[in-house]
Amino acid sequence: MSIFKRQLMDIHNALSNKEMSVSELVEASFKRIQETDETVKAFLTLDEDRAKAKAKQLDEQLGKGDEMGLLFGLPAAIKDNIVTENLKTTCGSKLLANYDPIYNATAMDRLSAAEAIVIGKTNMDEFGMGSSTENSGFQLTHNPWNPEYVPGGSSGGSAAAIAAGQAYFALGTDTGGSIRQPASFCGVVGLKPTYGLVSRFGLVAYASSFDVIGPITKNVEDAAYVLSVLAAHDPYDSTSAEVEIPDYISALTGEVKGLKVGVPKELLGEGIDPDVKNGVLEALKVLEGLGAIVEEVSLPHTEYAVPTYYILAPSEASSNLARYDGVRYGVRADNADNLIEMYKESRSHGFGSEVKRRIMLGTYALSSGYYDAYYKKAQKVRTLIKQDFDQLFAKYDVIVGPTAPTTAFKMGEKVSDPLTMYLNDICTVPVNLAGIPAISVPCGFAQNGMPIGLQIMGKHFDEATVLRVAHAFEKHTEHHAASPKL
Amino acid sequence: MKYETVIGLEVHAELSTNSKIFCGCSTEFGAPPNTHTCPICLGHPGVLPVLNQRAVEFAIKASLALNCTIPEESKFDRKNYFYPDSPKAYQISQYDQPIGQNGWIDIEVNGEKKRIGITRLHLEEDAGKLVHAEGGYASLVDFNRVGVPLVEIVSEPDLRTPEEARAYLEKLRSILQYCEVSDVKMEQGSLRCDANISLRPFGQEAFGTKAELKNMNSFRNVQRGLEYEQQRQAEVLDKGEKVVQETRRWDDANARTLSMRGKEEAHDYRYFPDPDLIKLKIDREWVESIRATIPELPDARETRYTEEYGLPHADAAVLTASKDISDFFQEAVYTGAEAKAVANWIMGELMAHLNASQLELKDVKITATGLGEMINLLEKGTISSKIAKTVFKEMIETGKAPAKIVEEKGLVQISDEGALVKIISEVIAANPQSVTDFKAGKTQAIGFLVGQVMKATKGKANPGLVNKMLQEELNK
Repeated sequence: MSIFKRQLMDIHNALSNKEMSVSELVEASFKRIQETDETVKAFLTLDEDRAKAKAKQLDEQLGKGDEMGLLFGLPAAIKDNIVTENLKTTCGSKLLANYDPIYNATAMDRLSAAEAIVIGKTNMDEFGMGSSTENSGFQLTHNPWNPEYVPGGSSGGSAAAIAAGQAYFALGTDTGGSIRQPASFCGVVGLKPTYGLVSRFGLVAYASSFDVIGPITKNVEDAAYVLSVLAAHDPYDSTSAEVEIPDYISALTGEVKGLKVGVPKELLGEGIDPDVKNGVLEALKVLEGLGAIVEEVSLPHTEYAVPTYYILAPSEASSNLARYDGVRYGVRADNADNLIEMYKESRSHGFGSEVKRRIMLGTYALSSGYYDAYYKKAQKVRTLIKQDFDQLFAKYDVIVGPTAPTTAFKMGEKVSDPLTMYLNDICTVPVNLAGIPAISVPCGFAQNGMPIGLQIMGKHFDEATVLRVAHAFEKHTEHHAASPKL
Repeated sequence: MKYETVIGLEVHAELSTNSKIFCGCSTEFGAPPNTHTCPICLGHPGVLPVLNQRAVEFAIKASLALNCTIPEESKFDRKNYFYPDSPKAYQISQYDQPIGQNGWIDIEVNGEKKRIGITRLHLEEDAGKLVHAEGGYASLVDFNRVGVPLVEIVSEPDLRTPEEARAYLEKLRSILQYCEVSDVKMEQGSLRCDANISLRPFGQEAFGTKAELKNMNSFRNVQRGLEYEQQRQAEVLDKGEKVVQETRRWDDANARTLSMRGKEEAHDYRYFPDPDLIKLKIDREWVESIRATIPELPDARETRYTEEYGLPHADAAVLTASKDISDFFQEAVYTGAEAKAVANWIMGELMAHLNASQLELKDVKITATGLGEMINLLEKGTISSKIAKTVFKEMIETGKAPAKIVEEKGLVQISDEGALVKIISEVIAANPQSVTDFKAGKTQAIGFLVGQVMKATKGKANPGLVNKMLQEELNK
């Protein structure tokens, strides 16, 4: 088995037993990137020199017999909206093309403490706004399963990098599905943790009450390891929860017997691709076969999730993105005669059209005279959607459905039709509105050869159960073992 | 005047916490530009605010001192606007759930007491400062001030004259100063005041159209600006025209107000709850523990000074207006010095010196104990009031104890008759004309002779004693 298919702990043990060195591991990553990234274009920035120097340092530590961090020596791909000190962080935006951060995100500090090695920053829809990574200000990322198809978004670069075997794990961020949907499109595992479980400090805000950092990996166990490094209370994030962090690894028992699984009819109804529906139904049979109790349930406010999300998220974004004015950092228009011109020129040229669209939407929704009808109303609907989940979780351990209504679509297919693009988020945004955890795991392929994702949603801070179900499913299926030919 | 003036004030005070409201940077005034900054207060991508508990404590303390109610729950909102002094392009402020609500303070103008309502007190972050480079080629931003905690205190439209507005502002300053939550210096910008002013015919209930007045950077200018605006609006109304709702700036150099922007240019701040901060639950026990730290406030002190020390009301008001002065008075009285005498020295010599030298009490070396002791020496007759003035000057400059000054300079008053007899006979012998005048009934001639004795003793003679001895000698 080639190294990049092995589980993180296999590699950890191989390093520990001196079967290979960290330098070899890192070399292998960069070699793989060299071979495949011309096609995939997952990375915006590579940090080769520092990664290799770090690998050398870790090899020396290993030689001395020092204790190994949990992610010791593992090459990681980081979505470009997670702030990395002295490593360009663009958020996929031309406006931040030159932004070199002066601090590190808490998530990066935690990876660093676990001794992971950052190999580069991955492509994304600008500021996380998009479902195909086509809204990047720099390049198009291609789906490793078929370069004519999008990798999903907004963490398309991170998902594609994992599918292409370029890195051993990746970090993505999820505001409305941006970890799960690309994971689904690229046939990898993507975990969106509970809002507040992982610090947002250093995650460049798109919509602050939704944003969360999570792992994208080749398998569920790897996701559990990465999550156990990321999950922690952070005094630098007021919305970071002070909860006890369970042992996610020991939760992976392979057992789902007697577990109650709810399947919302709204997520398997109209608009869901038949191949996707079949894939999910097959997956549910697997869980049933393992002794889980599967029942149809309802999330009655699902139809309002997308409009609610597309009022609240852009409202927050309109304020969060106001700081990109060309005054202190980022690209400043040099043809302006006065302050207002400078703002207008910098922002008009720096932002792409989807970002501008959402800023306009959000500005409108927050405007005096419209606030009550849009923002405030949407907040109320958000509460109703949360309550839908609360009611189900009183009876069910997990809720299962598709991650996305379709498999990956072709490049350019939806880019000029934002509404259709927004509707692709129907299966993922309810989770963000409720703030609960959810994972996407591969559950087969559509007739066009593109992967299908199964979404498993859990109670607030119950990642352990979500991971347990995903792991049991994975253990009894072969979908995750497939890899694209590149 | 046929119009009634209606004024409401919005006062901003910087809280004197050590660190900023949402990050750990220092709030110290006057540091080199952009040295008290970090990624958080600079609004770098990805940063998050964490609320400074001390700032909340100070805001609650100020609210309680202003008789506000403190709600169980408060929250922070974003006020969105673009300006280079605001690095996030929004200010974290409080929109509809301020920390302090429905308070009041009492003011006194021309001997009349009046209660002024306080609508709200809310907590927010200060902005940076723009510096316009010489030659006008660029504007520079100093972010040291950005994120310094501010409270905004909004009064009800209860003020009816510019004088009342000034009295309100001065009382507000005293209270904040007594609570030790703010430096309250208008010149350094730690206290700032905007005013809303409108006119209406007497008897009319509806408010007239208001103007918002900005840039009044001293107590005096608040009053002047409002007086000007009162006059201007009256003239507009007299001509049968309408007052335009707008923001106006006080132009100090030309003593007038100028239009800054009209209503149609007014910002839509798009307030919404800041998703980066959680709701603030204000524990009742915490509020009570803060209440317990509020010291005696100026009104209470003023009353006590009149009752306990028998000071005239006017003296008590002057002494309690500033906490420094009031504390100084208090400490001086504790030495056993007579309160009225202490009051006179403070309101006379001390304040005159501070005004003339443009200094604050903390800048001069004299101690309250020193002043008290000096007054005691005076009362015991150890020094004369003339010498006391010399001692006082020395105390201002060196801070030395009065007894030490008297001893070092040999300033002890000569109250010994034996020591004076010889000098008095010499003075009488040397000034026959004055003696003749006195004996002819020109009693004021004795003043000249007393002066001569004082001169001969370098001011150390007890003038009362000299006078008495001269009278006896001449009437022999």
